[in-house]
Amino acid sequence: MKINKIDKSVSLNAYKTDSITLDIVHQRLQSKQYRRFIKLLKCLLICAPFAIVFFMFQIEPMLWVLINSFKYEGQWSLYNYTMLLDDAFIHQAFYNSFYFAFLSSLISTVIALVFINSLQKQKGFLKNSIISFINMCSNFSGVPLAFAFIIILGMNGFVTLLLKDIGLIDSFSIYGKTGILVIYTYFQIPLAILLLYGAFDALKQEWYDAARMLGANFMYYVFKVALPILTPAILGTMVILIANALGAYASIYALTSGNYNILTVRIASLVSGDIYLDPNMAAAISMLLLLSMSFVVLINQLLLKRTYHAKKR
Amino acid sequence: MLKNVNHYYHKTIIYTVLMLMALPILATLVYSFSTKWGATILPDGFTFKWYIDLFGDFRFWSAFLRSAIVSVGALALGLVLLIPIILLACHSAPILLKYLNYIILIPFAIPPVVSSVGLLQIYSDSALNISGTAYILIGTYFTIIIPFIYRSITNSLSAVNVHDLVDAARLLGSSTFKAFILVVLPNIKKGILTAVFISLSVLLGEFVFANILVGTQYETLQVYLYSKRVASGHFTSALVITYFAFIFLFTVIASYIGTKNELRSSKKSV
Repeated sequence: MKINKIDKSVSLNAYKTDSITLDIVHQRLQSKQYRRFIKLLKCLLICAPFAIVFFMFQIEPMLWVLINSFKYEGQWSLYNYTMLLDDAFIHQAFYNSFYFAFLSSLISTVIALVFINSLQKQKGFLKNSIISFINMCSNFSGVPLAFAFIIILGMNGFVTLLLKDIGLIDSFSIYGKTGILVIYTYFQIPLAILLLYGAFDALKQEWYDAARMLGANFMYYVFKVALPILTPAILGTMVILIANALGAYASIYALTSGNYNILTVRIASLVSGDIYLDPNMAAAISMLLLLSMSFVVLINQLLLKRTYHAKKR
Repeated sequence: MLKNVNHYYHKTIIYTVLMLMALPILATLVYSFSTKWGATILPDGFTFKWYIDLFGDFRFWSAFLRSAIVSVGALALGLVLLIPIILLACHSAPILLKYLNYIILIPFAIPPVVSSVGLLQIYSDSALNISGTAYILIGTYFTIIIPFIYRSITNSLSAVNVHDLVDAARLLGSSTFKAFILVVLPNIKKGILTAVFISLSVLLGEFVFANILVGTQYETLQVYLYSKRVASGHFTSALVITYFAFIFLFTVIASYIGTKNELRSSKKSV
């Protein structure tokens, strides 16, 4: 098949040139070009279906959000954004979203660091099973998680009753700020552990021994040796955790039936709520959410540049 | 002496964190088997009633079936569209890998709530009116699982030399296409299976798209679970545990395949 086609192109071009050598060169060039063209065509054919579906369900919605956040009643306008900046309710949503995102990421990173440090000292089989378990826990989020927390920490949850009996707490509401923070931290911990687990391989036992030999106590080793080495990984993990928490929606929605004021709940209620629909406003809030996420990434990049160990890589 | 103290410290840390992680799951498990558990620290008695109620509910089975249809549909779409690209990238167009590495970050970076704002508008009043049907869920679920499919398949491909395999097959008279199907695919079977189980466990827990884009028009498992929030807590616990049993099964299978893979490759290197 292929050879036939090449022959044809050669015979077509043969009368144009009278030199045989030129002809051979031409023929080689042609066939090479032809082959390259076929290869490109195959590439495109294989990639096109994926690209189309991906565009339809991922890129196009993003473009819609971007464009329509700048539209008000069909006209180009900054109205949505100026509205948002004056709205105290939105300010509160921003504050709440960031409060939960930062605090839960920080707490879960610290817990993950302490946990992995201990896990590293364990034997292989135990380590693997624990990681599998953590992996499974990372899937326990959203609506089921909210229900589970209502059972243990709700009004009559047994942990609430237990803590009250001991006298640790007087009143605790899972539907309030602390309760939501606990849930956020719960679903962030497995993620933090899985993300940081690999980074600990960079720490060598010899460094610990050397530091101790030179007279450093454990705390000094942690702050002067271990943490600086882990800093790039920790910062990267924090960014992913913060982004994850900022975008979280299902668990808090299920917990409070969409009554707690955070950004994602605001967005969702503006497109699928019962009272008041305004998709363009939802688009503007979405853009601010994405903008703040990229701001977090940017800060991370700046911090990363200042760390010593990132420079070396 | 010091070593002992250290040993106990590490064990304490590990088991405390593990216990905290397991607590909500265990509590839900006990709750789903108890007759009544309110205002006391321990339940009153045990029963299978809630599971019998749940498995007798027709809505549960249909929701489960819908979830399965959507997940398997998205998974099939993902595998069929993504595997050829990954193979192509590994075999003859490595530049594609660079782009793919960026592309798979997009579904991670964009929260589902944000995507659904655009999706809801695009697919409810345009020519392609699929909002509220299974098709829009299959499409969006496809975007969710792209990173998981990509990661597990490229991982298992890294142990396989695609070029040599295809060249050998072609030397023996097979076509390139046949070489991919009969030689390369069986070699990355484990990667594909891992992708399948990870994706299924992720998709079975998906709530945001299902609730915003489709809601009760095509009730999936998570939407059904949410709608039962006003029902008895014991009933919802039974539902949560049933759901979690599936997650458990999928994760165990995925990690079993993974460790088996590791064992095999470590044996090879020895």
